[in-house]
Amino acid sequence: MNSAEAGPAVALQGLRVVRGGRLVLDDVTLEVPRGTVAGLLGPSGCGKSTLMRALVGVQVVAGGEVQVLGRPAGSPALRRRVGYMTQAPSVYADLTVRENLRYFAAVLGAPHSDVDRVVDEVELGSHADAIVGRLSGGQEARVSLAAALLGEPELLVLDEPTVGLDPVLRRDLWGLFRDLAGRGTTLVVSSHVMDEAAHCDRLLLLREGRLLADDTLAGVLTRTGTSDVEAAFLSLVDQAARSDRDEPRRSPA
Amino acid sequence: MSSRRTLATAHRVLTQLRHDRRTVGLMLVVPCVLVGMLAWIYHGTPVFDQIGAPLLGIFPFVVMFLVTSVATLRERTSGTLERLLTMPLGKLDLLLGYELAFGAVAVVQAGLVSALSLTVFGLDVAGPTWMLVLVALADALLGTALGLFVSAFAATEFQAVQFMPAFVLPQFLLCGLLVPRDELPDVLHAISSVLPLSYAVDALRDVTTNAEVATSTWVDLGVVVGAVLLALGLGAATLRRRTA
Repeated sequence: MNSAEAGPAVALQGLRVVRGGRLVLDDVTLEVPRGTVAGLLGPSGCGKSTLMRALVGVQVVAGGEVQVLGRPAGSPALRRRVGYMTQAPSVYADLTVRENLRYFAAVLGAPHSDVDRVVDEVELGSHADAIVGRLSGGQEARVSLAAALLGEPELLVLDEPTVGLDPVLRRDLWGLFRDLAGRGTTLVVSSHVMDEAAHCDRLLLLREGRLLADDTLAGVLTRTGTSDVEAAFLSLVDQAARSDRDEPRRSPA
Repeated sequence: MSSRRTLATAHRVLTQLRHDRRTVGLMLVVPCVLVGMLAWIYHGTPVFDQIGAPLLGIFPFVVMFLVTSVATLRERTSGTLERLLTMPLGKLDLLLGYELAFGAVAVVQAGLVSALSLTVFGLDVAGPTWMLVLVALADALLGTALGLFVSAFAATEFQAVQFMPAFVLPQFLLCGLLVPRDELPDVLHAISSVLPLSYAVDALRDVTTNAEVATSTWVDLGVVVGAVLLALGLGAATLRRRTA
């Protein structure tokens, strides 16, 4: 194992992203250790999806460094080592679940048996031959998740994978994420539901493009003297506002 | 680029079509009905023999252009394109996959329309039928390649459909089917000389009148294939892994 393999799964250094003239991510620096579940939490529109796009290398960045599995994000060598689930169910609505997964497996060069494995993992076995467009929104999202699991990637970047799912299924998926992490997979999972923090090893709290915290849940709670993530988040927002008054943010270039 | 990924993409596009029987039906039946109607309109005149063969090449061009531009736009808006571009899929794997799939449909379409035209509708063509199908296939590939390219400039389905009159109709008007290209005003003649469909129609005219396949027919076909490659190159340039 070389040194790059031993380093963190994800390392961002001063990441800045400008979209449509607006600063969407402002000087974000963070690390995600291998084999952990990192929860990227923050309100809708705070830059979570943009950060995830930067991780998988499809986002044009204005500055900073994005290292994934020891290589610059988007390197060709990473394309079969990183699984990505976008917020929109990016699967073919006019194909069946199995046909979708067979195609993505072929593109990845993953074995055929992988299709059955991921169908089971997202509990879609009874719908494997249904046309995706006729499934419910939650089922469609799970097809998209299944596609991200193909080829057993070392890093999974999942944009709101549990949104709109029934509580039982949500619990099962978090169980699956935990299993995957136990087997050494690193997961970056975004959510706008603060309660999901309890399932994560590390929390990345994001608001208006700035990282408020990169810590464990216990660490965040201790530091803010609060008892739940929601309150901790508010406390961190107030803290950031105070430090902004004392030392005004540099304006985006 | 990999043949395995290209073939997987072609297979996926054909599977999508297989689930959409109505589209397949329309792609195959509508050209037959239209050509049959034309034969009927010009019944008893030599007109159908003159324009019948060139028309065989225009249908696949128009149909594949429309289908491809909408299909690619769907890939862009649904997020499947973004997913594919994070995977080890070459841009050409995707483009050639579409070309293969729609090329296969075009061969069936052109074969069906040619067979009906030559037997039931009484089309008289001096040259070999395989050349008709070959030029029709090149036209279909051209329609697909142009559709892939222009879909990059369409943000909505409405816009994508509007590219049909914008990109296809001028080629249709100037290709020599309505007025022989030699009789066009100089400026229009010059424009028609840079439009690939003109060469496809020239090739099909040759097939109509010459029993042997002339060198000029192969040259015309070569120009169409060159235009396909150019459009594919432009299409590949519009596919960006990183976007703002």
